[in-house]
Amino acid sequence: MRMVLFLINNVNRSLPEDLMNQLGFKPFKSTTIDSTVVARTPHKVAISTGNDKVLNSIKEVVENNVADGMTISFHHHFREGDFVFNLVMQTIIDAGIKDLTLAPSSLTNVMNDMVVKAIEAGTVTNITSSGMRGTLGDAVSHGALANPVIFRSHGGRARAIEQGDIKIDVAFLGVPNSDRLGNANGMDGEAVFGSLGYALMDAQYADKVVLLTDNIVSYPNTPASIKQTQVDYVVKIDKVGDPDKIGSGATRFTKDPKELKIASTVNDVITNSAYFKDGFSFQTGSGGAALAVTRYLRESMKQNDIRASFALGGITKPMIDLLEEGLVDKIMDVQDFDKGAAESMHTSKNQQEIDASWYADPYNKGAMVDQLDVVILSALEIDTKFNVNVMTGSDGVIRGAVGGHQDAATAKLTIISAPLVRGRIATVVPAVSTVVTPGDSIDVLVTEVGIAINPKRQDLIAAMKKVPSVPVFSIEELEQRASKIVGTPKPIEFTERTVALVEYRDGTIIDAIKEVKD
Amino acid sequence: MEIENTAMAGTLESSDIQIMIGKGTDGIKIQLDSDVKKEFGEQIENVIRQTLLANHIDTANVKAVDKGALDCVIKARTLAVANRALGIADKPSWEVL
Amino acid sequence: MAATEERLRRTMMFVPGNNPAMLKDAGIYGADSIMFDLEDAVSLAEKDAARILVYEALMTQDYGNAELVVRINGLDTKFWENDVIAMVKAGIDVIRLPKTESAAMLQQLEEKIVAAEKQFDIPVGTTHMMAAIESAKGVLNAAEIAAASERMIGIALSAEDYTTDLKTHRYPGGAELEFARNMILNSARAAGVAAFDTVFTNTDDVVGFKQETEHIHQLGFDGKSLVNPRQIPMVNAVYAPTDKEIINAKNVLAAIEDARIKGSGVIAMNGQMVDRPVALRAQRVMKLAKASGLVDEDGVILD
Repeated sequence: MRMVLFLINNVNRSLPEDLMNQLGFKPFKSTTIDSTVVARTPHKVAISTGNDKVLNSIKEVVENNVADGMTISFHHHFREGDFVFNLVMQTIIDAGIKDLTLAPSSLTNVMNDMVVKAIEAGTVTNITSSGMRGTLGDAVSHGALANPVIFRSHGGRARAIEQGDIKIDVAFLGVPNSDRLGNANGMDGEAVFGSLGYALMDAQYADKVVLLTDNIVSYPNTPASIKQTQVDYVVKIDKVGDPDKIGSGATRFTKDPKELKIASTVNDVITNSAYFKDGFSFQTGSGGAALAVTRYLRESMKQNDIRASFALGGITKPMIDLLEEGLVDKIMDVQDFDKGAAESMHTSKNQQEIDASWYADPYNKGAMVDQLDVVILSALEIDTKFNVNVMTGSDGVIRGAVGGHQDAATAKLTIISAPLVRGRIATVVPAVSTVVTPGDSIDVLVTEVGIAINPKRQDLIAAMKKVPSVPVFSIEELEQRASKIVGTPKPIEFTERTVALVEYRDGTIIDAIKEVKD
Repeated sequence: MEIENTAMAGTLESSDIQIMIGKGTDGIKIQLDSDVKKEFGEQIENVIRQTLLANHIDTANVKAVDKGALDCVIKARTLAVANRALGIADKPSWEVL
Repeated sequence: MAATEERLRRTMMFVPGNNPAMLKDAGIYGADSIMFDLEDAVSLAEKDAARILVYEALMTQDYGNAELVVRINGLDTKFWENDVIAMVKAGIDVIRLPKTESAAMLQQLEEKIVAAEKQFDIPVGTTHMMAAIESAKGVLNAAEIAAASERMIGIALSAEDYTTDLKTHRYPGGAELEFARNMILNSARAAGVAAFDTVFTNTDDVVGFKQETEHIHQLGFDGKSLVNPRQIPMVNAVYAPTDKEIINAKNVLAAIEDARIKGSGVIAMNGQMVDRPVALRAQRVMKLAKASGLVDEDGVILD
């Protein structure tokens, strides 16, 4: 068998040397982003007066604009209610086009089977995405794709697009409304999703921009998030998405006592830190525990008469409530997780739509994440070096997404909120199966039994000692406690083959994911 | 000892394991369905087997559907199903707990 | 039971005995006592399985410093004797007898406990008992029930069955429970054991729960039985002493220490005599303050 040589990066992960060289990647070094000057990539503009953009056929657009070997992109703002992706991909497969690079902002479960089909047909031979799950993650982990998937954070994707690492030939962007020239937003129509944050990158940098909508409105359409100056075609389709599956609907607070205990402890950590003062900023994300944190934080802010200057990231209705109550001054909104958040964008001038670059790109003139005080993030696994995995399951199979994890972890206080164990799977482990966010970025782990603080944050260790309601352990103690509960799992077996590379937000490689052996 | 009656114990709730046991022909045969089979399959089967042997059951067909149960739960459900199959659920042998 | 008198028993959390997920997590919520339920929470067909499951959980899981209690099935069932044998073998701290109406019932239970302790070479007297009172007869016999045995650590009101027995039901104000609560409390205090108030089942009624907890705290109950871990911090908040109470307690304890050093028989503080009840109350305030995270190990008030 051929010998595979490895490079070891600064989080001690082995990266296949030949593949790294072939793809021109460098190993991860540090979370520090050097001050330097970078160039933005040029893109083509097909000059037009804009009068012939409306088409009724996806087939026509595909046949005239997509060719073998191109890079095509999509956004994932419709989440599990997306109809656009499958319609377009099926048309491309039917057209017999081969060797495409698929470069969506992320892939949701509703797209899985179609991507697998496109891989099997030879239509898609390369993928870059924030993440993947389900049948697609399973297929890739079992070697379905010849070339490795490149996983990038939301900020990392924005950087890669601006620098030309991802060179989009054609972007297919579904929108709930557009006029005949392509002025569009995410706030009106049946399939509203709010902020177009991730798609704005594609609209700005793709050589060809195709909007797909079920709702052509009179010209000119305002407010325009995507502008007519960026759009080549507007295609009318029957339905862009299923409104019921786009958002989580009415947001329900968790009643799970374990989630509430974790959330309450997260709140104790925040409110007892030096960052909890008037004008602070935070990001909480979605999911039961994150929403519960928002609720506890609201009470603490009211009690202590503290207002936040901004809330960031994926936005939910409870966050909008804080805005309306005057507890948060501004919401910087890259995506919305529920209808309440999507709809309020319309009425509130303090809810600012931001693109992925503004949100999280390390290579611009200042991203929101660099101004962030407190963030609460999740983890599938966290190890004794505080490295976090949000990408692969305990069986080694891809079932997650980088999302904004690496980006938001640059906040001054980065909290990982996770149960010690899930079922029989330990969350706190000796070594994560895939490093996505380096432990250097992580400050505190909060579990249901107590917290662990990164030893490099002696200031936080001193501050939390004074809080009797928050038991502080070493991360090693939590790891041992988890292992005592669940036992020692059999190590996962992998082949030598690399099925995916995980970029750090600066474009270096933080880990390689191997093909699982069954 | 051999199993005479078919019996079942446990549920399909998270953190539980449902175990069915019936007459066997050739030692203890275990058919396991688990989301953590890769990581813990051998360990789960081991706990079931050891618990049955400690109850002097050496021939049985076992079907187990695991939902992330810890060892203590697997042991408890195996004991419960063994007692039921042997018809001694009301008069268990406390020494083998 | 003077030996366990000073133990804090603000919260006794019910955990259904046949639920592996809840058995696994029961230790993380900081309940003073965890009560594994083999009775009402377990269907007739699962009594055998729940008993074994609780046994295995007790043998393997880490429940920290919590007092471990099991509610066995009633003496009128065919399950209770096996429950006792298994739980004694598991080394449970306390066996809770439901539907207790007389001291004789506890003596019947004790006989079985003694036999089990002997069977498994456990020192006789290790396993404690408590009684749940769920009927008018039980309430009227509360005094003899509380004093039924040296093993007794407390008596509890169980209001659902009791109100049915009285031909009423539970009201938000709780007037229907006043007699029972006072009987149980006074019987417990007379016997030197703990008094536990009944559960509050509507976990979403936070305001009603707080009112009821404040009421039973005022009466003098040690704590409440709870159906949901979310109720634990709410009870602890009601039982947390005020800064003023803590400062006063510290002054009392300082005066006692001062007198001890001086060898003085009479202890005085601010010109007033510190007698035994005052001293005991001060000790309890400091214990509650520590458990509530209001003071550090040395008794210094945290802000």
